[in-house]
Amino acid sequence: MSDRPADIRVHDFEEVDYGLSTDEAIAEAERCLQCKKPLCVKGCPVCIDIPAFVREVAEGNFPAAARALKEQNMLPAICGRVCPQETQCEGVCILGNKETPIRIGALERFVADWERENGPELPEVAKSTGKRVAVVGSGPAGLTVAAELARAGHAVTIFESLHEAGGVLTYGIPAFRLPKDVVRAEIEQVLALDVRLEKNHLVGRSVSTDELLGYDAVFLATGAGLPTFMCIPGENQNGVYSANEFLTRVNLMHADAFPEFDTPVLHGARVAVIGGGNVAMDSARVARRLGAKVSLIYRRGEEEMPARKAEVGHAKEEGIEFLTCTNPTRILGEQCVTGIECVKMSLCGLDASGRPSPEPIEGSEFTLDVDMVIQAIGTSPNPLLVSLIPGLERGRRGNVAVDENGRTSIPHVYAGGDIATGAATVIEAMGSAKRAAAAINAMLKEE
Amino acid sequence: MYKVESATRLADRVYEYWIRAPQVAQHARAGQFLILRLHDAGERIPLTISAVRGDTVRVIFMAVGKTTEELAMLRAGDSIKDVVGPLGKPSEIETYGTCCVIGGGVGIASTPLIAKELKSAGNHVIGIIGARNADLLILEDEMQEVCDELYITTDDGSKGIHGFASDVLKKLLEERTIDRVWIIGPAIMMKVTSGVTVPYGVKTYVSLNPIMVDGTGMCGSCRVTVGGETKFACVDGPEFDAHQVDFTELMQRQRIYTGQEKVSLERFAEHRCRCGEGGGHHE
Repeated sequence: MSDRPADIRVHDFEEVDYGLSTDEAIAEAERCLQCKKPLCVKGCPVCIDIPAFVREVAEGNFPAAARALKEQNMLPAICGRVCPQETQCEGVCILGNKETPIRIGALERFVADWERENGPELPEVAKSTGKRVAVVGSGPAGLTVAAELARAGHAVTIFESLHEAGGVLTYGIPAFRLPKDVVRAEIEQVLALDVRLEKNHLVGRSVSTDELLGYDAVFLATGAGLPTFMCIPGENQNGVYSANEFLTRVNLMHADAFPEFDTPVLHGARVAVIGGGNVAMDSARVARRLGAKVSLIYRRGEEEMPARKAEVGHAKEEGIEFLTCTNPTRILGEQCVTGIECVKMSLCGLDASGRPSPEPIEGSEFTLDVDMVIQAIGTSPNPLLVSLIPGLERGRRGNVAVDENGRTSIPHVYAGGDIATGAATVIEAMGSAKRAAAAINAMLKEE
Repeated sequence: MYKVESATRLADRVYEYWIRAPQVAQHARAGQFLILRLHDAGERIPLTISAVRGDTVRVIFMAVGKTTEELAMLRAGDSIKDVVGPLGKPSEIETYGTCCVIGGGVGIASTPLIAKELKSAGNHVIGIIGARNADLLILEDEMQEVCDELYITTDDGSKGIHGFASDVLKKLLEERTIDRVWIIGPAIMMKVTSGVTVPYGVKTYVSLNPIMVDGTGMCGSCRVTVGGETKFACVDGPEFDAHQVDFTELMQRQRIYTGQEKVSLERFAEHRCRCGEGGGHHE
């Protein structure tokens, strides 16, 4: 597996990573020790039988490999690309102790891509139970619950407020990391299980909460939609974006192809991206592809960045300048951004999360000349729907309060993904959705 | 797909469209808006829901940019790719006493629904609708029907009172007690007109129209400063306490894409010429 050269890929939105060839995939799969007690399965939030699918790859039996994958995960081409395998399945692979772990993510992607190109085989669907389930939001959590419950024979309707399904997979993660035809193909597979998709439906507004609560079971997966801003002076000037807006304009609305597409986006010549997570890396790399010189500003050190190491590496290869231990204090300009004032930070002590606590260094202020700023410092749960459902208990951060199986304070209402857990990864959202789907299925069977 | 049931030209560059969108029509309340996208390459634009009839909703818009120009070319029977709504919070309709509902230019589109709901709630409703000239004045009959009193102003005196809606409002405030005021129109008009109610301490709502993308609280494009706090017009609004709104910032943010909007419109005009499509097809 190798990457397209950085100097070429910064001019387009094509996928960075070429993926494995058939020979490479088989050779990689043959390295698997087929552990009796596989740690990798425990490391997988959706419990894929990893040794089983890897064994099929080693034997060149790709349809069987795909079947084994999709037994537990209907979005393998997506997960193969965006899961942080290094901290999950690959992180606990026993081979990692002596050499390199099996590249499980790359193999998952290989199998899913192989199946997509050779005609997907749909999993079996149980006979109809006559139960109706409403899923709110078509991101990773919503799609996962929909697939699980449709396979169990329930009639599932997904409500999506945007004009395209996929949630963060569609509007958030850029095509060079997750091609949109891959996303569409996996969504199509979920819909092919007789899942109904209602786009342009904002539950709470265009679907009443009474109508929603009339379903036999409800799964809320509205995501962590609301962008957080730093609340520093100047951030409502023209040229300051939330990462959500910047990425949505490009990924969902195709503003990179303006004026062929009608949605515009500003093309900064010098862009500052604030944050150290995957969304910050995505924003920086999209801005780079729109022609900018990009500086990434993060208040802690590079070691503390929550982004995947691979994405940090990709961003660096693409010429993103990293300004670590730096915090913005003010965005300069009158109406339009002309610069950003920052202060250097020293890392001292540990904060509540166990990470080094950054403190400003007096007198270290400096100004960076930029004409655009993207804030990628996180999101919080979108309060719109949850505030409209009477009796739905909420947690400290405005998220929906759930137990370990996604049960909310209302008996037949469940929640999963970022709206329940706070901002997390695609696979964690899917894991919470799978647990909720099992609980919903059990509840519907009892009735 | 959402079918255009009727398409009518109301005034110069001002159009009235009825669109079949049952889920919007069933739930729409005064003060809310919808977002539409014409086709796969289209942008998402917010438009106020101006009226509801059965499964259809009415929007009234001025053709000023690429998307509204393109929308204005659709006729009855054509389709719009995406329509989502109703979005935003409904107007705060209660029994206040005497309410004044003011519309400026194409902003008049929002006023009949608000006036109607206020009237139903038992308020005495005074309407003021203003335009640059008589030809641009819209929905006069409709407002006449739903308001207890209606005042008309034109900037050039070609109809009604020669002057601005703010002049009439000021006079009314001097003469009697008004309990609530709604003002919908261009940002500068809302800024000036709402300034009139400040000395009288009358709670005044304005409906803000910043640039939006998703319209559901996800992107933050529509952020406005209200009472020193950042609010999202799409989920916290679109109606806000006028006396708390930073109009200068709103107007500045409405200009973010002026350059691109010009490029897009010119390109569209060129394309339309090449295709032999002129204007005036609604005549």
